[in-house]
Amino acid sequence: MIPSAFDYAAPSTVEEVLAMLAAAESAGDEVKLLAGGQSLLPVMKLRMADPALVIDLGKISELVGVSEQEDTLLIGAMTPHHEIATNALLAKHLPLLHKAAATVADPQVRHRGTFGGALVHADPAGDMPAPVLATGATFILAGPRGERRVEASDFFQGYFTTAVADDEILTHIQVPKFTGWGAHYEKFTRVAQQWSIVAVAAMVKIEDGTFTRARLGLTNMASTPLRATAVEQALVGSNATLESITAACSLAAEGTEPASDLNGDSTYRKHLSTVLAKRAVLAAAGL
Amino acid sequence: MTSTTESSPAAAQKPEIGKARLRKEDAHLITGRSRFTDNMVLPGMLHLAMVRSPFAHAKITGINVTAAKSSPGVLAVLTGADVAQEQGSLPNAWPVTPDQKAPAHPSIAVDEVAFAGEVVAVIIARSVAAARDAVELVDVDYEELPVVLDLEEAFTDQVLAHSTLDSNKSATWIFDSAEAGTGTSIADALANSEVVVERTLYQQRVIPAFMEPRSIVVDPTGEQLTMWSSTQIPHILRLMLALTLGIPESKVRVIAPDVGGGFGGKLQVTPEEIITVLAARRSGKPCKFTETRSESLQVGHHGRAQVQRLKISATKEGIVTGLSVNLLADMGAYLGLITSGIPILGAFMYNSIYKFPAYRFECNNIFTNKPWTDAYRGAGRPEATFAIERMMDELATELGMDPLELRAKNWIRHDEFPFTTVAGLEYDTGNYEAATDKAIALFDYDGMRDEQKRRRENNDPVQLGIGISTFTEMCGLAPSRVLGSLNYAAGGWEHAQVRVLPTGTIEVVTGSSAHGQGHETAWSQLVADRLGVPFENIQVLHGDTAISQRGLDTYGSRSLSVGGMAVLAAADKVIEKARVIAAHMMEASEGDLEFANGSFTVKGTEQSTTLGEIAFAAFSAHNMPEGVEPNLDSEATFDPVNFSYPHGTHLAAIEVDTETGHVNVLKYVCVDDIGVVVNPVLVEGQVHGGLAQGISQALYEEAVYDDAGTLVSGSFVDYLVPGAPDLPHYITDRTETPATSNQLGAKGVGEAGTIASTPAIVNGVLDALRHLGVKDIKMPCTPSRVWHALEEAKTTGGMQ
Amino acid sequence: MASSKNITVEVDGANYNDDVEPRLLLVQYLRERLGKTGTLIGCDTTNCGACTVHLDGVSVKSCTMLAVQADGHKVTTIEGMAQDGKLHPLQEAFHQCHALQCGFCTPGMIMASASLLTENQHPTEKEIREGLEGNLCRCTGYQNIVAAVKSVADGVEYDDSGVQSGADKTAGVS
Repeated sequence: MIPSAFDYAAPSTVEEVLAMLAAAESAGDEVKLLAGGQSLLPVMKLRMADPALVIDLGKISELVGVSEQEDTLLIGAMTPHHEIATNALLAKHLPLLHKAAATVADPQVRHRGTFGGALVHADPAGDMPAPVLATGATFILAGPRGERRVEASDFFQGYFTTAVADDEILTHIQVPKFTGWGAHYEKFTRVAQQWSIVAVAAMVKIEDGTFTRARLGLTNMASTPLRATAVEQALVGSNATLESITAACSLAAEGTEPASDLNGDSTYRKHLSTVLAKRAVLAAAGL
Repeated sequence: MTSTTESSPAAAQKPEIGKARLRKEDAHLITGRSRFTDNMVLPGMLHLAMVRSPFAHAKITGINVTAAKSSPGVLAVLTGADVAQEQGSLPNAWPVTPDQKAPAHPSIAVDEVAFAGEVVAVIIARSVAAARDAVELVDVDYEELPVVLDLEEAFTDQVLAHSTLDSNKSATWIFDSAEAGTGTSIADALANSEVVVERTLYQQRVIPAFMEPRSIVVDPTGEQLTMWSSTQIPHILRLMLALTLGIPESKVRVIAPDVGGGFGGKLQVTPEEIITVLAARRSGKPCKFTETRSESLQVGHHGRAQVQRLKISATKEGIVTGLSVNLLADMGAYLGLITSGIPILGAFMYNSIYKFPAYRFECNNIFTNKPWTDAYRGAGRPEATFAIERMMDELATELGMDPLELRAKNWIRHDEFPFTTVAGLEYDTGNYEAATDKAIALFDYDGMRDEQKRRRENNDPVQLGIGISTFTEMCGLAPSRVLGSLNYAAGGWEHAQVRVLPTGTIEVVTGSSAHGQGHETAWSQLVADRLGVPFENIQVLHGDTAISQRGLDTYGSRSLSVGGMAVLAAADKVIEKARVIAAHMMEASEGDLEFANGSFTVKGTEQSTTLGEIAFAAFSAHNMPEGVEPNLDSEATFDPVNFSYPHGTHLAAIEVDTETGHVNVLKYVCVDDIGVVVNPVLVEGQVHGGLAQGISQALYEEAVYDDAGTLVSGSFVDYLVPGAPDLPHYITDRTETPATSNQLGAKGVGEAGTIASTPAIVNGVLDALRHLGVKDIKMPCTPSRVWHALEEAKTTGGMQ
Repeated sequence: MASSKNITVEVDGANYNDDVEPRLLLVQYLRERLGKTGTLIGCDTTNCGACTVHLDGVSVKSCTMLAVQADGHKVTTIEGMAQDGKLHPLQEAFHQCHALQCGFCTPGMIMASASLLTENQHPTEKEIREGLEGNLCRCTGYQNIVAAVKSVADGVEYDDSGVQSGADKTAGVS
């Protein structure tokens, strides 16, 4: 219940953070960046992590908020989930993120927990990575060598592992607008508060009763979020009917490697992904 | 604002019993003025942290505490060896057989640990943080021993849970109706019946998971050692502390302040309680230990954990002829306070509301390398009810009969009470027909069956099942003579005092120690009713052995039917004593006095005096009648002559999503008969909470271990306690058949919902899927298990 | 050893300035340093919600926040909910609806409910249940908690008779 002792700093600029990271690296100290803390602090309380230094990003105002650019939205890494779930720009242009954020943990956690924090934490069962992957977002990192941009497809690298280097921080996520697309995040849990056993993020565009575009992300079907590319390909060009959706979504588990745990084995998760994909697409299609 | 009906004279005289009084207990809890043990701070108080074994079975070959002792803020580190001479062995108050085997049970392990989480050392430090930091610095050498975790494997004795015992069997306890003279031979019934259904059912291990983690403060200053503990049983704890540690009982005071739920989980004498006493005695300073949630889940006692091998026999017409129950009961690694008696409490309930003639119960109590089991809401009775209600459904399926019809053919009719059961209990009253009829109407049983048929015919992906559970339980623990016959160490009485203060307000002292039930409110209603004084003028005191010196505490739905009776008896004694003083005061004969609305009136006159006036007269004592002590206090102890037998009918409409295996409780109706109700608000709350826990066992909760004996579901991330979105809106109603075993007519309600709801849910899940070939699903019926059961049924070819 | 930090926090309307160890959790600061023991600790994994308080008016779990993170912010606990001796409507409703038994989850439950009603003034029963998913209760089965929150949203006014209004409503509705 009580973390090991650590030093604490709360800088107000990204530059200060980078300087601290560099100093810690040369001193050989373990550092943790504290965003919303909703995953980090529990881990520290259980003493599964005991950093020498915690750098709190909570005082860096430039990392908070959503702004509109021409074809994209720029989301600050420290924007809380609650803001993602209630922001009007996101509701209009990125309904998938808007809906997925509303399913993260519980209201208290959504008030504190941040969009960027959840992405960098990269829990395979976390609810933000798969939808972000589906959008093809660009991750903007700040580091000692300046800004670095990483595509979503390269960002998630394994269990709790991302492209962010020890001397870098994630500052913003630039997400293409999907205005007018149908979107849904279908999450499956045993109890409401639980991490996703499996979840499917879907965005579709339908013209004249036919899918013209489709993007699907899978949560907790491997050590990283995955795109359900087989489903996407099968959907595009097919009719927006239950039969064709069911057929396309039966491919959802292709290429997945889900883990087995208390909530279900790998076989069950693979099956579940097909059902949830179908439901996500049906809901996204408004059927 | 007072409503008009309440202010009318007629309403003012409305009896308190049955009134929907709001709770007296709430004001401090809703404003944050709570007195939970962990809130307590005493001058110079030190803090403890436990060093626990990571291994489920190991020999301790060495402990090095040097680094921990020199850690900042640490004052001392105690190991089992340090306290071996004084720590004693934790008590088991229920040796179920004369030859019951049990290992020694030190609070701090000395030579061997037998479950993961067992305490091997304790840190005493100036702050919680300093204590916690030092835990990591204690270096313990272990020599790992083989572990036995599975109950059926443990029964074979191939691996022993303790190196000091030559078998994992603690005791074998048998009841046979032919031998007991309460019925006929089960062997004959099984051999001669037209239908015999045999099943093995599993009661998973569950964790009470009260919301308040257990906390202990011990103050050794002064001449009496005072313990505050988050316990259900301050009186029993005091006695056991004295016996275990060899302290004179008079030198120990135990206080259970606000206690955040128990559900049986705080019916225990814990290692941590003993250790905190030892630490306080050594340091001479108040010591506090509060467990973390992870510790609570890991080492607080668990519940259920049985394998139930069952055979039920019947005629083709559906008349049940006998039941054979063969249990393996997981004790865990040790025998806690009443660990060994829990399955035996169920022994009398497997026959439930039915009147079949032959019954045999055999239970083997088995040790494993897991934390010990003990009381959990219902304690033995939920397991029994689950078994018989599941078997009635299995039998109905076998016979092709409606499961409600089968039950009705076999239950005791209302005109057959009192009824002596095949297990030897005398059920005083009951009306199963009435409760069932009401439940059927509220549930729309026929409509639900039609809907079920519709979904089956349409191959609806979401199938519907109807889960039935008719139940009874033995409550009001317990007649002392019965407990004696079962070899339980204590009696089952309860104690109360009623004191009329000189200013006319009244103190009621109860030995029943509430932890959320609402005794302060209910007992105030009882006394207001009996003494004719305002509800508001009554203060109920409990949970402190210096104030409530005698009591046997709260468990087994006993408080109202036993503790409430003691309160009434004490109130009656006050009236009788007041009558003597009042007669003297008014110079009338006692026989001419009438007592009503808190006053004695001389018959046929206006002359009267109130209880308050009498109490003041007794206080001033200037003019007391000859031989009467100057006070208006009384005390009473009530020992019930029989158990009480609540019953009810629960119906659950269960939706099963055959694509995902997800189970949804669409509708839940329960009609409980708990006899006379003192406060319907409290009753409703008990029913709701009980249902939630029973439903949760069916669907969500399980203590899961890995092969090494480590608890995998070791936090609330993995041990799933359902939240508000996960539970249904309950439809509750009652029938009222008063108990005759107590003057109030009350039966008990604390456990009813938990006992009845688990089989209702599982029966509903199976009823939804049986036509698809699914025969059984182990609890909890997780989506994964449900889906796998469906898949397996597909490959084995559907319905048989 | 980690150096302590100086923080200024407004808690329940009073200003506090303290030196705290960085690892001190907000809930520990409230309970151990300020004596605000009305806020309780029920778990160590951010699941149970017993420690819920308001940070600048919105619900947070005070066990999953460092005290230093509250520097410069306003915290409201269950102890600051009643104003001028008058209970907050949710406190009154929890009492009236018998929405608590042991009372351990109650402070967190009330704080979460208050935040929920700030964000959604007229929630449905389903929205209330979902809005309280971060708070566990082991006693009530939630039904009366949901009723209490709903009654506040519906503007139900209670009398002070000490008897539950509409009592004897033994049969609920589905």
